[in-house]
Amino acid sequence: MVFAKEQRLVLKNYGKIDPASLEEYLAAGGYAALKKALAMNPDQIIGEVKRSGLRGRGGASFPTGLKWSFTAPLQAVQKYIVCNADEGEPGTYKDRLIMEHDPHLLVEAMTIAGYAVGATKGYIYIRGEYPQSQASLARAIENARAAGLMGENILDSGFDFDLEIRSGGFAFVCGEETAIIESIEGKRGEPRVRPPYPGVSGLWGQPTVVNNVETLANIPGILNRGGEWFARIGAAKYPGTKILTLSGDVANKAFVEAPTDTTLAEVINDFGGGVAGGKFQAVQVGGNSGGILPEALLNIPIDFDSLLAAGGSLGTGSVFVMNDTRDLAEAVKTMMRFFAHESCGKCTPCREGCRRLADFMVKLCAGNATAKDYQTAAGLAQVMNQTALCGLGQAAPTPFQTAMRFFGDRLETRLAK
Amino acid sequence: MEMVTVNIDGRKVEVPKGTTILDAAGKAGIKIPTLCYHPDQTVKANCRVCIVQVEGVELLQAACATAVAEGMAVRTNTTAVREARKTILELILAHHPQDCLTCIRNQNCELQTLAREYNIRDIRFEHVDDRIPLDLTSPGVHRDANKCIKCGRCIEVCERVQTASVYTKHDRGFDVTVSPVFNLGLGEVACINCGQCILACPVGAIYENDQHNDVWEAINDPEQHVVCQMAPAIRVSLAEEFGLNPGELAMGKIVAALRQIGFDKVMHTNFTADLTILEEGNELLQRIQNGGKLPMITSCSPGWIKFCEHFYPDFLDNLSTCKSPQQMFGALVKTYYAEKAGVDPARIYSVSFMPCTAKKFECTLPEMRSSGYQDVDAVLTTRELARMIREAGIDIARIEPEGFDPPMGMYTGAGVIFGATGGVMEAALRTVYEAVTGENLQDINFTAVRGMEGIKEATVDLAGLEVKVAVAHTTGNARKLLDAIRSGEKFYHFIEIMGCPGGCIGGGGQPIGTNNAQREKRIAAIYKEDIGMPLRKSHENPAIIQIYEEFLGQPLGHKSHELLHTHYTERSPYPFDETEDVR
Amino acid sequence: MMENSFISPAKRSVDEIIARFQGVKGGLLPALHGIDAEYRAIPEQALVKLAQAFDIPVSQVYGAATFYAKFAVGKRGRNIIRFCESAPCHIAGAAELIAAMEKHLGVKIGETTGDGKFTLELTQCVGACHSAPVFTINEQPYFDVTADMIPDILARF
Repeated sequence: MVFAKEQRLVLKNYGKIDPASLEEYLAAGGYAALKKALAMNPDQIIGEVKRSGLRGRGGASFPTGLKWSFTAPLQAVQKYIVCNADEGEPGTYKDRLIMEHDPHLLVEAMTIAGYAVGATKGYIYIRGEYPQSQASLARAIENARAAGLMGENILDSGFDFDLEIRSGGFAFVCGEETAIIESIEGKRGEPRVRPPYPGVSGLWGQPTVVNNVETLANIPGILNRGGEWFARIGAAKYPGTKILTLSGDVANKAFVEAPTDTTLAEVINDFGGGVAGGKFQAVQVGGNSGGILPEALLNIPIDFDSLLAAGGSLGTGSVFVMNDTRDLAEAVKTMMRFFAHESCGKCTPCREGCRRLADFMVKLCAGNATAKDYQTAAGLAQVMNQTALCGLGQAAPTPFQTAMRFFGDRLETRLAK
Repeated sequence: MEMVTVNIDGRKVEVPKGTTILDAAGKAGIKIPTLCYHPDQTVKANCRVCIVQVEGVELLQAACATAVAEGMAVRTNTTAVREARKTILELILAHHPQDCLTCIRNQNCELQTLAREYNIRDIRFEHVDDRIPLDLTSPGVHRDANKCIKCGRCIEVCERVQTASVYTKHDRGFDVTVSPVFNLGLGEVACINCGQCILACPVGAIYENDQHNDVWEAINDPEQHVVCQMAPAIRVSLAEEFGLNPGELAMGKIVAALRQIGFDKVMHTNFTADLTILEEGNELLQRIQNGGKLPMITSCSPGWIKFCEHFYPDFLDNLSTCKSPQQMFGALVKTYYAEKAGVDPARIYSVSFMPCTAKKFECTLPEMRSSGYQDVDAVLTTRELARMIREAGIDIARIEPEGFDPPMGMYTGAGVIFGATGGVMEAALRTVYEAVTGENLQDINFTAVRGMEGIKEATVDLAGLEVKVAVAHTTGNARKLLDAIRSGEKFYHFIEIMGCPGGCIGGGGQPIGTNNAQREKRIAAIYKEDIGMPLRKSHENPAIIQIYEEFLGQPLGHKSHELLHTHYTERSPYPFDETEDVR
Repeated sequence: MMENSFISPAKRSVDEIIARFQGVKGGLLPALHGIDAEYRAIPEQALVKLAQAFDIPVSQVYGAATFYAKFAVGKRGRNIIRFCESAPCHIAGAAELIAAMEKHLGVKIGETTGDGKFTLELTQCVGACHSAPVFTINEQPYFDVTADMIPDILARF
């Protein structure tokens, strides 16, 4: 399906080069950004990234240049770059696409990031469910090392950098930046109390920058073509492109890289080929932690701020469509059970609350929930938003809360008479 | 020090930069409720009970984990905050057995107190019963994991302070459980029975093996001659069980209460503490003079002994062969005392009141039967003693004081200070110094070995010989000291190790609410008592002189070896040994 | 660690696997992954060996090993079949596929076949939502599977 608005910037090499071949990556212009970066000052690089307006693509949307600027000036025995490739949000596989089809893009980006913040060591934490991605990156790192693009004194710049791959163990919570750090340290992946933030005290107490795969994958392009070029693409406050992965009841269950001022309607209808198997009922954007949105909101652009203002969340950019034959309450039940399964168990509101919300949805779908149960669940959801220790617990009630807000009747009819 | 001014609930308070909201509020006279927070531990911020509203911040913040900033405005008690706290408490209560009335921590439980303070009248979540079987495998410490609120305080004290590391969280989410590996019982892993986890636990998930009903049974049996001893730590801390300050309860009142409860004889472990000094002091001199194994390490703390057996078995030969004062007492009660009192030892039921849970394990050891019977039949903690006093309806504050029974009820200040870290060392030095130099120790207050610092060192000039001594409390500090000795970094002649923080006064059997501040108060009470004693050196105790003359003969003599000395057992640090490879 | 998930005929021993990661910072988890790749489970004895090799309490090893849903302390079958139960697969018909698999193998989710060949588990989204419903065998995904394809797929093991 040809989608006029698609702009393959991050995915420019997808399907065009053999991902196992360093030569083909080089021939396609690869590692030019690294060469350019090594001739610049780290300050200049961070300045360019700030100018680009790039914001995190893992869900939190924190400005990348700003994040790097916290760590760059710090003096430390060792600083680290961690790539968060623990892509666990259901419906999301954008990072897998990058890792399997253009692994050198990530390797190059991390090396640039290391240089910019003063980190000589990087870890790529890849979820355990992605063995191909792990193999693909391992091969790329080996090839880069052999070619002098990784290791000591890269390209005679005096900059040393090396990468290690770590595998996740099927724990969604390890996508949280301090949980990923705990996991790399060989412990249970439980999020830490913050402050201190990882940028100041992360891996083994050292300053650590944690970035998502897609965020990093934008860096070489920004270095090559300039921050201002990037800032002109898409939405003003959330520029660039976003890889969206479609699933559910769409004709074209595929992925697209679109500028951030594309609307949801364009994504679902123009790219996705429209709703399949029935009429449009709802769309969940951003994975399980994202809001379930009604037809009325389809004309919203997909940038982070617009979706947030509408009561949703761009999150990881997964777009999960449900037609009107789907039992919405059942879908919400599945989502709440996901969180009950994935809660790390450290803090009370999430450990106990995720399970209680899942139990409530089971009760609701079975027709046994009372109005009091419903009220209690709604109150619990709000307490979780406000008091959970990390983003998992804070966002877990979102599917339920947006279902209440936009599809309340569909839930209320299931209450016990 | 940089100060900042913050506004909490409308009150302005000035505090050092970096102070937490919790502490700043405390300074402003505002109490923020907590549950997983403990003043002697790291901040965990997992219960989320202490959450407060910081102006300008959308999400509620944990007061224990958030530092104040200049000009910060905090509201600790908005409607949203109260709603959140109630919900959090209900969530915990819905996953917690609701048997408060029959729980060992009834009226002494942090969760119960919060439920009352927040007026929880309705738990809106369905009750879930985990149905985890009780862990009764250790004779000292029992567990009911169903009551666990996953605060992690037990894990921290066991891992960081004691470094026995028997507890872990396992699995995750709603099913996360705190237990030893493979869900084994404490008696099946390298638990040292110190009971620090009991003191750390805010609820009734960990508790002592309460045996006071066994003692009632013995007292009610007319055939049994029930005798008791009590540790020096008891007197300073029993007061706290009755709302008094450490040391405020006169010893004589406790003796009177025990008689009223029905004990036939009430005697004191301090007697055998003095005895221990005679035996151990001579043992030390012998080792120094005859090239015996050094450093010699004290052996009166069974938590420390088990720690040594599991983790440092290469030091077993360094341990003094002396039994603990409790066990010396037990052996003598059914021999020396039985003879003198004309009582058939088979009828004697020997009870020991201790601040300690490890001694419940110690008294069951096969080597603790020198009298021909189990030398100590039952060990009861300070908490169990308080239970007996309450059950007997005794008004301990007003009862008329009474004296101890001979022949094992007389003691010196040296015996008293056994209860505090550094006390055994000081008591030993008071005697050994005089024995070697023939002179009185100039100042018998050996302050260099006193206090809450983890490892204390000193050098004593014994007639030209520079004797290097060290004192450690908590097995975590024992580990540090022993590692330094193993590596050759340090050398000592004599080391005192107490398993618990602060020494026995900080033991696992002490009143709930034991923390380091309370330990310091108890230590002060111990040394105050020592100063008030007419005799302060073990070798001056006439009852000790008497027992050697009429029964034991010489220190380290044949009879001593039979009754007062023991041996140790190497144990594995792992629940099972695995040297075979797996293919 | 980036090994193919098929077990090589010369099985590496637990000691050999641990030796590779001893001295690696945070090496406990890579070691657990290595043992899991070889044995499809973490043998209990391995926990003690890991504690010794990394000089940490065995309780910490156990706490880490039980946190991650990938690992199972104890025994499992030689091949782990995992069905995604997240929403996109759920609405695409995961339940029917699971039922077909359970029927074919004669065991339910959470159980291992009598011959020790297969263990059935549930898992969360594996990022293959374009081809829902999805299951994996030893972490390798199978796309666009229908019930009638199951016997042929399993015959390869």
